[in-house]
Amino acid sequence: MKVLVCVKQTFDTEAKIELKDGKISDAGINLIINPYDEVAVEGAIQMKEKGLAKEVVILAAGADKAMDAIRTALAMGADRGILVKQDSAADEYQRAVVLAAAIKDENPDLILAGHVAADDGSSQVPTRIAEILGLPHVNVITNIEIADGKATCTSEADGGTQVTEVSIPAVISSQVSWNEPRYPSMKGIMQAKKKPVATIDAAAAEAKSNIVEFSLPPAKTAGIKIEEDPDVAAAKLSDWMKNTVKVEVK
Amino acid sequence: MAGTWVFIEQRDGNIRKVSFEMISKAKTFGDEVSAVVFGKGVEGQAAEYAKYGADKVYVVEGDVFANYNTGAFVAQMAAMIQEYAPNAILFAHTFNGRDFASRLAQKLEVGLATDVIDAEISAGKGLFTRAIYAGKALAKVEITTSPILATVRAGVFEVVEGAAAGEVVKPAVAATDADVYQVVKSFEPTVSARPELTEADVVVSGGRGCKGPEGIQIVEQLADLLGAALGGSRASIDSGWLGHELQVGQTGKVVNPNLYVAAGISGAIQHLAGMSSSKFIAAINTDPEAPIFNVADFGVVGDLFKVVPLLCEELKK
Repeated sequence: MKVLVCVKQTFDTEAKIELKDGKISDAGINLIINPYDEVAVEGAIQMKEKGLAKEVVILAAGADKAMDAIRTALAMGADRGILVKQDSAADEYQRAVVLAAAIKDENPDLILAGHVAADDGSSQVPTRIAEILGLPHVNVITNIEIADGKATCTSEADGGTQVTEVSIPAVISSQVSWNEPRYPSMKGIMQAKKKPVATIDAAAAEAKSNIVEFSLPPAKTAGIKIEEDPDVAAAKLSDWMKNTVKVEVK
Repeated sequence: MAGTWVFIEQRDGNIRKVSFEMISKAKTFGDEVSAVVFGKGVEGQAAEYAKYGADKVYVVEGDVFANYNTGAFVAQMAAMIQEYAPNAILFAHTFNGRDFASRLAQKLEVGLATDVIDAEISAGKGLFTRAIYAGKALAKVEITTSPILATVRAGVFEVVEGAAAGEVVKPAVAATDADVYQVVKSFEPTVSARPELTEADVVVSGGRGCKGPEGIQIVEQLADLLGAALGGSRASIDSGWLGHELQVGQTGKVVNPNLYVAAGISGAIQHLAGMSSSKFIAAINTDPEAPIFNVADFGVVGDLFKVVPLLCEELKK
């Protein structure tokens, strides 16, 4: 089985966001693999270790620096990479079209991706890719079993846990609780440098949405802070909850 | 153009509150508002939607709609869009809502704004505010493709009652079993007496300061006293004290309750991103320099093991 994993390079989740010239500034920001995609990479590598997958291909769309995200995934144990050069301002439709075109050329048995990106929080691209390719999909999985041409996925659903079966090839998106991604070993990092990464230009696609303004949310200001004996502090906090917040006590 | 449609999120007849929030918001656009519900045995719900202002209720009944599945729902909605040409469709930003809207958007090759926290819709144009970087920044997104599609975050819009006709419309059923490509083997509901994190009025969360399951139990007592949802910071999830579905923050859930209580949570940026839009924030932490105090309306520098049980006693008075 050939497994392809879509990864997006995102800001570190601890990054502080600032604006410069009306845009999100990336100055001094540490870039990582989107944590949800990193889990998908780990899932694919585990499939290879179990003998389920023969090859793990990493696909990213983005600027040249997204190569770092691909190299990290290769260092974790993936076999080769593809970087599709695309403007980072591309919308979800454009990204899906470009990724789907590259996936079609690869013809994998399974396509994995994170269910959402930690930067734009859109959660659209994997599902859009599935529609373009005419494949079934399952989102937000926390476990997967592959057998007899079928993927049986456990996923986080609204108000519960669902088990869904689809035929493969399919697009499967991961929740972070699926697994614990490994850190690349020194040996892995050295090997990753020699693994092949193809660079291709993005297929043309017209945007379907347009960001007209970025802003920062109003800064929350600190209110009262008290440091008193626990019984006094608890009484004051209780008064505030009852009188200001007007909580209902069961 | 046939106004704004609100796709109703329900399971086994239990309607999610966000459905009413969307109807109330849609009323402010000044155009006709319709509720759209797919399911089995859902026709009786029409009066509920009328109560909150739905001028029309499109009811689609059938076995294939008994539980959400992408294929049948998308096929049905696409056929109805052809037939009735709505200007806009709002979905709840639940797991199902975003799955549905994303696949539909691609089938129609249109734009989609997900997880919106504000919306202005006019004929042929939608302007939406989205929280990006889990709320560390905001983006205004314009959509001019038709129909305008968006998924709406729960808890941001007020539910306003306002009776409307609620005229029931029964569109032709266009989806069949052949449209289903996901076979649901089982669904285990989360057994909890507590409300769900993203829909709760009050959220009480425990972090590293809980030190273990005993600390979490103390936090749970406060949560239950307030009828609150229970949440946690990454530390308490990574330590295995709470399940991942309860994580509040950038790699977990974004919540915006009336009151958020952070017990033993220092307030890493990752966590603040998930809760700082709450209306009121209370924090209890031993470290007076903890960043959580920068966003707290009421901060107590103290040990949660002492303060929280006393707080419970005081609240009961």
